[in-house]
Amino acid sequence: MNTKSGKGKVLLKMRDVRIDGFSDERWHEIVKGVDLTLRRGEVMGLIGESGAGKSTLGLAAMGFARPGCRLTSGEIVFDGIDLMAASETEKRVLWGRRIAYVAQSAAAAFNPAHRLIEQTVEATVGEANAAEARQDARELYASLQLPDPDHIGERYPHQVSGGQLQRVMTAMAMSPRPDLIIFDEPTTALDVTTQVDVLSAMRDIVEKFDTAAIYITHDLAVVAQMADFIKVLRYGEEVEEAPTRTMLSKPKQDYTKSLWSVRALAKPEEPADDIALSVENVDASYGGTVKVLHDVTIHAPRGRTVAIVGESGSGKSTTARVITGLLPPSTGRVVFDGEPLPAALRDRSKDQLRRIQMIYQMADTAMNPRHTVGEIIGRPLEFYLGLSGRKRDDRVNELLAMIELDESFIDRLPSELSGGQKQRICIARALAAEPQVIICDEVTSALDQIVQEGILKLLLRLQKEFGLTYLFITHDIATVKAISDEIVVMYQGGVVEQGLKSEILGPPFPDYTKLLLSSVPEMDPDWLTGLIAERDGK
Amino acid sequence: MHPVVTTVIQRLALGLMTLFFVSIIIFASIEMLPGDFGETVLGQAATEETVEAFRKELGLDKPSYVRYFDWIGSVMSGDLGTSFSGRASSGVDRSRPVIDLVAPRLWNTLFLAGMTAIIAVPLALFLGITAALYRNSLYDRTVNATTLTTISFPEFFVAYLLILFLASLTQTFPSLANVTADTPFLERVNKSALPALTLTLVIVAHMMRMTRAAIINLLASPYIEMARLKGVSRMRVILRHALPNAWAPIAVVIAFNLAYLVVGVVVVEVVFVYPGIGQLMVDAVTTRDIPVVQACALIFAATYILLNLTADIISIVTNPRLLHPR
Repeated sequence: MNTKSGKGKVLLKMRDVRIDGFSDERWHEIVKGVDLTLRRGEVMGLIGESGAGKSTLGLAAMGFARPGCRLTSGEIVFDGIDLMAASETEKRVLWGRRIAYVAQSAAAAFNPAHRLIEQTVEATVGEANAAEARQDARELYASLQLPDPDHIGERYPHQVSGGQLQRVMTAMAMSPRPDLIIFDEPTTALDVTTQVDVLSAMRDIVEKFDTAAIYITHDLAVVAQMADFIKVLRYGEEVEEAPTRTMLSKPKQDYTKSLWSVRALAKPEEPADDIALSVENVDASYGGTVKVLHDVTIHAPRGRTVAIVGESGSGKSTTARVITGLLPPSTGRVVFDGEPLPAALRDRSKDQLRRIQMIYQMADTAMNPRHTVGEIIGRPLEFYLGLSGRKRDDRVNELLAMIELDESFIDRLPSELSGGQKQRICIARALAAEPQVIICDEVTSALDQIVQEGILKLLLRLQKEFGLTYLFITHDIATVKAISDEIVVMYQGGVVEQGLKSEILGPPFPDYTKLLLSSVPEMDPDWLTGLIAERDGK
Repeated sequence: MHPVVTTVIQRLALGLMTLFFVSIIIFASIEMLPGDFGETVLGQAATEETVEAFRKELGLDKPSYVRYFDWIGSVMSGDLGTSFSGRASSGVDRSRPVIDLVAPRLWNTLFLAGMTAIIAVPLALFLGITAALYRNSLYDRTVNATTLTTISFPEFFVAYLLILFLASLTQTFPSLANVTADTPFLERVNKSALPALTLTLVIVAHMMRMTRAAIINLLASPYIEMARLKGVSRMRVILRHALPNAWAPIAVVIAFNLAYLVVGVVVVEVVFVYPGIGQLMVDAVTTRDIPVVQACALIFAATYILLNLTADIISIVTNPRLLHPR
């Protein structure tokens, strides 16, 4: 597909597009004069960190601005139609018929009240015969390799999995056979193992109908599989644009190179025998009926990082809940420093609580939005260590210095911080208790690559300084490579294997580990094609 | 069994239990009312022996738990007891069963509530949906301001304004709503028009604003953006994509207001001389006619429980996660 570049006539042309966003009581320019040309049948990758303006630009290609945004100037011409001048009614004729949109979270983008097939054909039914549209939708489901394509459309959104929903949404976009599809981070919310299937289904169907597409993502390796050429955005401006292979082999700008950085970060593993925390033969269930963990045994050596990997639903976070005492296990025990911990949170002493701390994925929701940074970090100092007044404030400042923020942050509210800064505050809050073990639950998943790198480096430095033991829950293999000494692979509530990083990431592999590792996208534009061919060959 | 049926049965059982606890509270609070029926009826001049004999005749001398179980037992077999009034000291027992006192009044109240609901609920939904559709427009602001104004006036003031304009000045409707059991249907509707309009003005704002808010709250959802990006028209976005997911909060507010129509309209009844159950209860409290007070209170409690139950059930059946489990 990479030979398609240059074919076909121009479908979408954007010139010097400027878009304002409203925040802090005034308008800011968030897209600052971007040009974009897309020909029929071409796939363009649009990459950048969050806040780079890529979604805003993608929606602008439809002539749409989200509430709180406005298209201020520039030229957007879709197939001869000037979208800047078009009225909402005129644009509505294009939307969903000639230009379709595939949103990031399929679970949120489907209306919970209607059956999938009704939503799939909603844009098409206006023009075509309803029965024909439905039949066509079922065929699309089949070509997207959805299970039971004849009946899956009769289900409601909550009755199918995230990966399936994302494919149904692709079918929905494809249903009216549009000229252009905007894919807005369509696989970001999916597990790597699911992502492979969705990516290849999307790529095949776009190729089959020769549809032009803009593929928005923050993941270079993913976009490399999909796009003919790639445009990199930062702070609302274009950094560079080049054909995919050129972009991967010879990126010109430093910024583009830095997007690879986390993948390059790798810490040498250090074996250790002194076990700080172990989970022994734990079974656990929610409400006594749904068993979610069976016979889980994990050992965490002191001062080391154990990465727990697996897809969503594999029991990673439940294991963390068992360790912290939020979910007492039905059998088995948690041993800390050679002593078994009481199963339930309320039976543990303050000191036992203090020594195991937790950092969460969504720093936003893990902090009280009305507390200042000083109160957030100061609270564990008061609660566990009995510090108050001057002493407490001094310690907060020390902690801020440890996480590389200055004293001016002490009076700020969470809403005044960036995503990376929020996560740093959460790290400081965990550190304040002077713990021995920190459980990190997907702490970098919601962050951009460069910010991720900063957080991971900080965590590694703190580990060295304080001899901390990390249990690092993640689904991202690049993060695992960057931070772990040992790896635990979990699948469907059980442990597949545990061992040193080199043992787990090197052969021989159990089947599931192999599937998981091979599903991680690589920076090679032929990776997906090769992988699918290899899997089909078996 | 379908999980929705199970849930509904559970809610019903829970409702019955609530009603049982409420009956205890009703009984206990009436016990705590100062004074008693004997003294009120016989007057300050009555001798202690007379009062005592009278109390004995009514069973008021028994311990309160015995009287509670007597009462709740007969209520459960459909007997609300006999009114205290009408037995006075004359010696002739003209007392009537509570059911005969309450039933016609309850019917009147339900008629007025029903008539108001038929006007107010569709009106509130229509105004709420259109206000959400044209939000922040002049129309939206006008609807909001008008409904807020009507809810801000005291009920009796709204009632007198309507009497002034629709009864005195234009003589469209009668200002007296003194219906009886024999009033023919159309005349009854005509006579109830002004109280129904007053109550409509009082309750429409609440329901309309909740409808508007529930819909607008959903308009920020990704699936609404998705619908717009599929080229769905604004009207269809609201009716087909927002409204089906907004029923739960709307149903709760409608239920709350309908309950108010049954239990809280005594001021409007007084203004229009409408023989509803609210006035009956107020009269019964003044004369210490305990069986009637208890019966009214129980009916009010049952109304609340039943309407809230209905709202709960609507929330359940409009939630596809519950209606169509995995």
